[in-house]
Amino acid sequence: MSLKLGVPSKGRLMDKTVEWFARHGIELGRAGSEREYAGYVRGIEGVELVLLSAGEIPRELAAGRIHLGVTGTDLVREKLGQWDQQVEELAELGFGQADLVIAVPASWVDVASLDDLDAVAAAFRARHGFRLRIATKYHRLVRDFLRANGVADYQLVDSQGATEGTIRNETAEAIADITSSGDTLRANHLRVLEDGLILRSQATLYRARRAPFGDAERATLGALKARLAID
Amino acid sequence: MADRAAILAEAARLRARFEAAGAEPVETAILQPAEVLLDLYGEDIRARAYVTSDTLRGEQMLRPDFTVPVVQMHMTDGAEPARYTYAGEVFRRQEEDARRANEYIQVGFEIFAREAPEAADAEVFALFFDILRPLGLRAATGDIGILMAAVAGLDTTEARKAALMRHIWRPRRFRALIDRYAGRTPVPEARAALLAQADPMAGAEPFIGLRGPDEIAARIAALRADAAAGPLSGAQVDLLDALLAVRETCDNALARLRDIAVDLPAILPAVERLARRLDALAARGIDVARLDFEASYGRTQMEYYDGFVFGFHAGGRADLPPVATGGRYDALTRRLGAGREIPAVGGVIRPGLVLDLGGAA
Repeated sequence: MSLKLGVPSKGRLMDKTVEWFARHGIELGRAGSEREYAGYVRGIEGVELVLLSAGEIPRELAAGRIHLGVTGTDLVREKLGQWDQQVEELAELGFGQADLVIAVPASWVDVASLDDLDAVAAAFRARHGFRLRIATKYHRLVRDFLRANGVADYQLVDSQGATEGTIRNETAEAIADITSSGDTLRANHLRVLEDGLILRSQATLYRARRAPFGDAERATLGALKARLAID
Repeated sequence: MADRAAILAEAARLRARFEAAGAEPVETAILQPAEVLLDLYGEDIRARAYVTSDTLRGEQMLRPDFTVPVVQMHMTDGAEPARYTYAGEVFRRQEEDARRANEYIQVGFEIFAREAPEAADAEVFALFFDILRPLGLRAATGDIGILMAAVAGLDTTEARKAALMRHIWRPRRFRALIDRYAGRTPVPEARAALLAQADPMAGAEPFIGLRGPDEIAARIAALRADAAAGPLSGAQVDLLDALLAVRETCDNALARLRDIAVDLPAILPAVERLARRLDALAARGIDVARLDFEASYGRTQMEYYDGFVFGFHAGGRADLPPVATGGRYDALTRRLGAGREIPAVGGVIRPGLVLDLGGAA
């Protein structure tokens, strides 16, 4: 059995992952054409490349169908309950940095903090007859964060993309989304709450705690960690 | 863990006990419309209940408790007064502790009655007490109504009282608000800067979204009014702290609360309700000199209890959830009653836990 390494199958996250492994002398690549999802690993024995959607890597790690996987901290913490009992963080890869934040219209001059958001949510509900809507795809992380901070009278509405546009379209009053530079937020006249940082995320190499590790996989993992300078 | 057949048999036995106490057995659907529960509990319920959906009926929840559907049923076509009992599965998501059951049987007993609410409180508690007596559980009681009366009686603005009342079930936020109103935490920089401006909304354009400039202006006015209001006095905060710290046997707690009521007379009617409840409990053979009372009991639950609250816990088994819980939820009947309301009190027992601990009377 070989050690299965799950890597995002497309885009910038894939390119950066390939670069990161290459810096440690390990070459990852597609077996055939650009469109093929089979891959190869050169520079170390016994590692098999599995190309997957980044969003599915947490699930595959949790199930133990792959031994190792590269994905964002945000996705692991959103999708895996008690994540640290299901996977182990081996290395932060230093790219794919993004913050999950709560943002409101910049015109809300009266709202700087979660405290304000909570008060506004109460007034909004009394005025409009429904709870203040926060658009996000990170339901669990946002809900846990708002509950821990005692924010009430809101509802989450699902938004799988173009979340910054939901406020102008009046399908939400606030958003919780990933931002790296903040440019998209500013361009959409939004502002991050001063205590609205939910999570700092980056691409991370995880080990699946439930994956079957025989002697061969353990030896391969040891060799790989030595190569990647992970202790 | 007891097997399912044994748990169902125990549930049937407990329900028969409640029927013998005059309750009419009722059934409710397992799939509940999500809208009602979301409206009541807010987004937090999604962390506790399983939500599913179809394209015709939209979101549905696997019944997280019986109270809401039983109240709805009573408000639609119930006669008064009424006693109900039920037994069946409830479903709770468990994302923090995999050892906790996500599906278990509850058996409940509820009283809807306008007369003598303290007698109804005592009737429910004494019935649970007798049933659970062989298990040697620790009974805890409290009264959210006393805390609500204390908040209503604070010498501060209505807006502040409303904000505190809204967060009674969120102790951390409640404490933060108290500290802010008492001037114990500084005014946040951003707020001070906002209020220092003559026209804070100048240059705020463009206004996007449903929350309009009028709403922003109204909030700024509310902030200015709050800044102009004097701080909540230290004496009042001390009284509230003293009240929240009450944790004694019921008779001593009553004496302590009467002392506090001398300086906080607004709680007196609620304290007298406690006194009447203790009399009613004593009349039913409960030794109130050995029954615990905690003024903060029940504050971290989401249930809409707004008066008497109680729970039965297995001593030395902190790993187990309460074997039984209950309380008064008058406000819930108002929320679900579409203009009508009726005082209501009730509780649930988990027969699975009862069997694990050796069986009830």
